[in-house]
Amino acid sequence: MTPPSPLPDADELKPPPLSDAGRHLLSISDLGAEGIEEVLRVSDAFVEVASRPIPKVPALRGRTVVTLFAEESTRTRLSFETAAKRLSADVLSFAVASSSVKKGESLRDTVETVAAMGVDAFIVRHPSAGAPAQVAGWVDATVINAGDGWHEHPTQALLDCYTIRQVLAERAGRPVSESGVGDFAGLRVAIVGDVAHSRVARSGVLAFAALGAEVTLVAPGSLVPPSLEGWPVTGVSHDLDAVLPHVDVCYLLRLQTERGAGSFLPSIREYTAGYGLTLRRAGLLADGALVMHPGPMNRGVEIADEVADLPRSLVLRQVANGVAVRMAVLFLLLGQVVRGDATGTVADLGHGYGPVDG
Amino acid sequence: MAERRPAGAGGRATVVVRGGTVIDETGERRADVLISDGTVTAVGPDLDIPAKATVLDAGGCLVVPGLVDLHTHLRQPGGEEAETVETASRAAALGGYTAVLAMPNTNPTIDSAAVAREVLQLGETALCQVAVAGAITVGRAGQCLAPMGELAALGVRLFTDDGTGVQDAGVMRRALEYARGLGVTLGQHCEDATLAAGGHMHEGAWSSRLGVPGVPAAAEELMVARDIMLARLTGGRVHFLHLSTAGSVALVAGAKAEGLDVTAEVAPHHLSLTDGELSGYDAVFKVNPPLRTECDVAALRAGCAAGTIDAVATDHAPHPPEQKEGPLDVAAPGMLGLETALAVTLEALCAAAGDEKGKGAMSLHDVMALLSWRPARIAGLDVGHGGDQGGPIGVDGPANLCVIDPSERWEVDPDHLASRSRNTPWAGRMLTGRVRHTVYRGEPVVIDAEAQR
Amino acid sequence: MAERERRLTPPRGGVFVPRVQVLAPEDVQRAITRIAHEIVERNRGLDDVVVIGLQTGGVPLAFRLAQVLEEMEATTVPVGMLDVAFYRDDIGIRPVLAEAITAIPCDLAGQLVILVDDVLFTGRTVRAALNALADYGRARAVQLAVMVDRGHRELPVRPDYVGKNMPTRLDEQVDVSLDGVVLGDVVAR
Repeated sequence: MTPPSPLPDADELKPPPLSDAGRHLLSISDLGAEGIEEVLRVSDAFVEVASRPIPKVPALRGRTVVTLFAEESTRTRLSFETAAKRLSADVLSFAVASSSVKKGESLRDTVETVAAMGVDAFIVRHPSAGAPAQVAGWVDATVINAGDGWHEHPTQALLDCYTIRQVLAERAGRPVSESGVGDFAGLRVAIVGDVAHSRVARSGVLAFAALGAEVTLVAPGSLVPPSLEGWPVTGVSHDLDAVLPHVDVCYLLRLQTERGAGSFLPSIREYTAGYGLTLRRAGLLADGALVMHPGPMNRGVEIADEVADLPRSLVLRQVANGVAVRMAVLFLLLGQVVRGDATGTVADLGHGYGPVDG
Repeated sequence: MAERRPAGAGGRATVVVRGGTVIDETGERRADVLISDGTVTAVGPDLDIPAKATVLDAGGCLVVPGLVDLHTHLRQPGGEEAETVETASRAAALGGYTAVLAMPNTNPTIDSAAVAREVLQLGETALCQVAVAGAITVGRAGQCLAPMGELAALGVRLFTDDGTGVQDAGVMRRALEYARGLGVTLGQHCEDATLAAGGHMHEGAWSSRLGVPGVPAAAEELMVARDIMLARLTGGRVHFLHLSTAGSVALVAGAKAEGLDVTAEVAPHHLSLTDGELSGYDAVFKVNPPLRTECDVAALRAGCAAGTIDAVATDHAPHPPEQKEGPLDVAAPGMLGLETALAVTLEALCAAAGDEKGKGAMSLHDVMALLSWRPARIAGLDVGHGGDQGGPIGVDGPANLCVIDPSERWEVDPDHLASRSRNTPWAGRMLTGRVRHTVYRGEPVVIDAEAQR
Repeated sequence: MAERERRLTPPRGGVFVPRVQVLAPEDVQRAITRIAHEIVERNRGLDDVVVIGLQTGGVPLAFRLAQVLEEMEATTVPVGMLDVAFYRDDIGIRPVLAEAITAIPCDLAGQLVILVDDVLFTGRTVRAALNALADYGRARAVQLAVMVDRGHRELPVRPDYVGKNMPTRLDEQVDVSLDGVVLGDVVAR
């Protein structure tokens, strides 16, 4: 009998970078610090592409990318589809009503049917944690997790890291392309809100911590995960006022309003009173502290209207960077697949693939 | 019953189990066992072998009373795409079992004499004895008491709403009081529905990391504690099904020390697997109660060694592939167990075996007690209750035997299981200890690890 | 070719072993000066000229060439760099480099682009570069300057300005920098 794999420490989550080994992006832990850094670096190139008169490159011409969304999320789907199209991939959009899965057609049948049409990548959004990992086991194509249950939303965390890196580089007055990830060392990040039910929080914690940030969770007790064993966080607080003056980034999570129906929280009003970033609370933030939110925002719940529109709020920039970061992920996973024997000799590569056509 | 079996010729044959070590409740000794007409006719070293006798080689093997499974989901009626009485009984025989207790969560539920009779009738041609557990409440809905008297008259000795616990303490109290008058046992699937709601694996470090809704240990322990109090209140007899947490073991130990009439079983997978198995979201490891932590595994093993746990029961729960291929929160809970239980239990508990979690503390004799004569007694299938299971191997005793090679290493291949389903958590793993022959009421139903029909 | 690029290109970890020094540093300097003269002569000055170096080997040459042009004509010459990784037909063989930044100094519509690279070999990089340039606007014309033309073309591409024509074997490598041109081999480590 083989023992079950032990719970991975954050320190151990360091597989080789994406372009070398990874075929899928299911979790931030597939990347490790090096992989995250690589994605951020390549994202720079795609931010530049986005600034061109014609913001489209032929890198993934002939590749087919399917967005398989078993849970509606227009913004995430559009972001991925824009990214794929700007790389010249063919994009098929497939919406699976989650109810139809329950009604008999298994996810596996659906996925295998679509895969048989010749698909290079599946971008999977699913209400069940682990569904993208399962899809990866059924098909040969690359699988990218676009959000699975409460588990992870890795591209959201990557675009958040990119946005932080971009802003910090601008403040330091240097081009973002010259920024490594050194700015994250010791960066104090508070993730505020419904951590227990948040895939954004899980990916965010792993990504920020992998790059060296100190992550604090701030949430009411009923919205803290049952166990934080193995989570690379410095602490948990139930007092947002006390935390705010000491953070560089205040990352607000979306509160699903049904949580306020009495089972997890007495009311939305009480949540906002304790954990919403009101204008008063925003005043507690240190100068230059950043306010982030994965969207869509519940204005007046986790973030006050006035705060959402403050210059320190990066919400729209997060959205804009989303396309570039997802282009980087798609390019690294699909464009970097070495076809043929990577250990061959130069002579084998000879015609057309000569590495010397500098 | 043997007379009614069409294949009864086998039961009439003369069989010699030669060269093994007999282990039963009375102890351990080197002996051959001679069986004629479905009864043991001689036990002793180097017996003369009659002409035309079927000789079963037991060299290097243990010869034990047939194993008794307190917890089998046969799926028939209603779930024949997953398993039938016949296929499950073949799996049972291959796993060394000569009796299984069919759980009542079939469709329809075994909550009436008609359904119980149907299953008992299907069991008459099976490769092992098929006993039936009845539901405590009608449709296992937890509200109205099922006709326990009518079922008890058919020989039903254990009642349970397995698959769910009886949530209403008042209903459980009345059931215990009523059962006391019938001399039957109530088995409880301990799970508080409000605490377990929406959970799909053990609530802890792994569920938190994987983003999967969890079932806290307290969901089980709350009901164990409640039913111990109800046992105290009513004087009724409670059998705790598939306990999975350290806290439950402690509660049962306390109840036993107090002298309450409680017994408990544990499933082999809870003795060896932990929630970390779910790190890849493979629903084959989804089971109810869920796989718990290393601490719980250690406490369950210790509970077996200390006598707190009375039986190892498989909770054999077949599911067709489509019910195991979906996402974790959609997939059905449950795993196969009949064909692997013996090996897994030996590895987990036995001092002579031992796996990577450390050597077990128990003798072969004590492990066999958990698998054979103690569960036989709980199910009311032992000689004392007029049955023929789990008894000592002696002259004129019942010829339900199992011959075990404790050192054979084998790989579990789901495609070669007798069960109709493939949802074994041991697929591709090496196990140590295998059933070589099984003799059911004098008939060698398994010879050299091959089912004979 | 940049050392890092070679490291990431099959055979991974191969080492460049120099064999013959073909051009000395001053030869490279003279070739750049000559090419600058040819550019001015052919285009009758430097009106609308933009110099774009191809990442990674063409970039230092482009900056040097622009500097020579500016000194020669006492004017300013916009200079930029272009990475064609996303346009290549052999994506997956060549890595995307961190330092491979694209920076185009101005709108290219109506401009005369001098594309600069270190080595012209199969012509595929230039093909990719032409596609990339088109996304920045419709240049009036594009001319190609290379330090070494080593032959073995696989596409109908012809340079306008050449530092040195140099016949090579397919399995040889040419290393070009402002410090000279060296012919050698890549040996798997």
